[in-house]
Amino acid sequence: MIDTFERKIIITAILVMGVFVFALFYAVGAHKADVTECLPYNKTYETARVEQLDKTTYQIFYVARMWSFEPSVAYIPVGSEVDLFLTSHDVVHGFNIYDKNVNMMAVPGGVSKTTIHFDHPGVYKIVCHEFCGTGHQNMQAEIIVNYPKK
Amino acid sequence: MQVSRFLRNTILIELFVPILLLTIGIYHGLMQVIYRSGVIHKAAVAKLDYYQGLTLHGVINAIVLTTFFAVAFGHATVAFYLKKEPNRKATALSMWLMLIGTVMAAAAILSGKASVLYTFYPPLKAHPAFYIGTAMLLVGSWVAFFDWVVIYVQWKKDNKTNSTPLAIIGTLVNFTIWFVCTLAVAYEVLILLVPWSMGWTVGVNVPLARTLFWFFGHALVYFWLLPSYIMFYTMLPKLAGGKLYSATAGRVAFFIFLLLSIPIGVHHQFGDPSIGRGIKLTQAILTFGVALPSFITAFTIAASLEYAARQRGAKGLYSWIWKLPFFRKDVFLFGYLINGLILFIFGGLTGLINASYSLNNVVHNTSFIPGHFHLTVAGPVFLAILGMSIFMVSQLTGKKIFLPTINTIVPYLWTVGVLIFSVGLMWGGLMGEPRRTNMGLTYLNPASEQFHPYWVISSMLGLAGGGIMFVAGLLYFIVFFGTFFSKRTAAPVIDFPVSETLHEEKRIPIFDTFKPWLAMMGIILFLTYLPAISDALNNTGKKAPPYLPTDPTPVTTKK
Repeated sequence: MIDTFERKIIITAILVMGVFVFALFYAVGAHKADVTECLPYNKTYETARVEQLDKTTYQIFYVARMWSFEPSVAYIPVGSEVDLFLTSHDVVHGFNIYDKNVNMMAVPGGVSKTTIHFDHPGVYKIVCHEFCGTGHQNMQAEIIVNYPKK
Repeated sequence: MQVSRFLRNTILIELFVPILLLTIGIYHGLMQVIYRSGVIHKAAVAKLDYYQGLTLHGVINAIVLTTFFAVAFGHATVAFYLKKEPNRKATALSMWLMLIGTVMAAAAILSGKASVLYTFYPPLKAHPAFYIGTAMLLVGSWVAFFDWVVIYVQWKKDNKTNSTPLAIIGTLVNFTIWFVCTLAVAYEVLILLVPWSMGWTVGVNVPLARTLFWFFGHALVYFWLLPSYIMFYTMLPKLAGGKLYSATAGRVAFFIFLLLSIPIGVHHQFGDPSIGRGIKLTQAILTFGVALPSFITAFTIAASLEYAARQRGAKGLYSWIWKLPFFRKDVFLFGYLINGLILFIFGGLTGLINASYSLNNVVHNTSFIPGHFHLTVAGPVFLAILGMSIFMVSQLTGKKIFLPTINTIVPYLWTVGVLIFSVGLMWGGLMGEPRRTNMGLTYLNPASEQFHPYWVISSMLGLAGGGIMFVAGLLYFIVFFGTFFSKRTAAPVIDFPVSETLHEEKRIPIFDTFKPWLAMMGIILFLTYLPAISDALNNTGKKAPPYLPTDPTPVTTKK
């Protein structure tokens, strides 16, 4: 009922899709690249703070609001692993550290979480990339990664 | 075929009104690239704010134009293929609902009380007229669809052994997807948002509203796309001077769309909280499934075009391409459709990038996304709408195309513009350039301490491409309105080009019935969206009060 060329192209297309899906799993498995983790909400996430768990492990609790992030500047030593938690005080905001591939939404009533490593010093800019009102284009923050003071 | 004066006028109104509004939409398209590239450092021009203009651009181009066109084209397709005109009352009701709804939404946006963009994510609040107007536009399109179903069921009773025409399968599949997906957004708008924007309810569950929106939001893009697919299958081979390689392939493609267009919406929410990773991954994989019909279509149409070129005497492995009627004024529709297909190669591939789960972290909500969807919705969708609108206007009014040479080059000019524009936006996106942002005020303002020099060249490319697109749009308006207001030279008709199939094709019952497909669609939707909605309900801690885009304090606390 389906002509031979047509059948071949359908099989080829399915195989190509298979390669893409394999690549997707490979990125998740071998490179630990994953999307925003989902946590049940509780009120403590609405307090912005930086916490140090041990020498190289930090947690930053970000609260987005119209039109700033808190903490607006966070200092992290090179070589740290950082858990980022993110929620919103008011409307929906975006959170993008582009060359770290951190990309999450700040949604009121929800908590986004991801983990990153900072292996190089630098100023990492965070940009709000979801329209959040007339001050949207002002909304950014920084993570400053430097060598720890001796 | 001849059509009644009533149907003719309805279709003409449903084509004229959105194209008239499109002038505003395209003006704001140009303004976006000017603001974004930092040519001007202003919040508003001509008393229209950047975000208000962006809302107009999105709502008019992506919702109003596409919905009106799908209904107008559906009326024409049903009348042409099933030889029966739609019911007058239903058609008139549908048209008036859509018109009044559009006027309400447009008034809300133009008065500056609904600058919430076309995704209207709560807790940003728009004027209730915006929500109600949009809902009326959707409901108006349902009314037309219900009437076509009645005509189809009657036709099927009379033609049990005849295969349903491919264009009718396409139209009904498209509006079934549309009806099911708009149920979710109608619930979001009418049950969650309208009472909340009126102040009757205190808070709204934002992750739930977002999940309901994207139940609709991704299927929406197939609602835009399927009228183009109908044209690719049933008209393009004929326009090229050949035959359709396989109509069965077209049926397979349409039914896969029916199954998989909706249960993939969570791939827009990879960055969202409240929704678990398992359901995100599941819907990412299903997205690759919905790429399948597009691969099938690419092959079938390419094979049909090669056959057409060889009929015209072409030889050689690839050189047959140049025998196709690219610049022939009499088949100008070919130019509109083929350019759309060329853009869609890139649009489809960048779409797969977006859908690729953790790869989405690189591009989510950066300008890569508008770069991608201008290759789809401003590619095959928009060009097919423009081409078919002027084709139908010319036929239904019995008027000759005004400036036919210009009309023939418009799609080529547009395509060049979109390619430059999208390269700029996608390149910028890979460097973190955010979408939906008036970058001229801060990131591309050298006087601002937030100035970001890396984005200068990419946003300038966006400006160059956007400028070319604007010129192409302007030329199209001259041709369209010139045709509309010229003198009648022939009797009004609808006469679509009809592609014959290359091989003789028998009726295959499973591809000529909706019931089993609808049942499967229901099961897949249930399995994929039940966990997403339950996550959104269970993991969300609080409901949000309404906010105006101008004010960081919620509306309800001010007394």
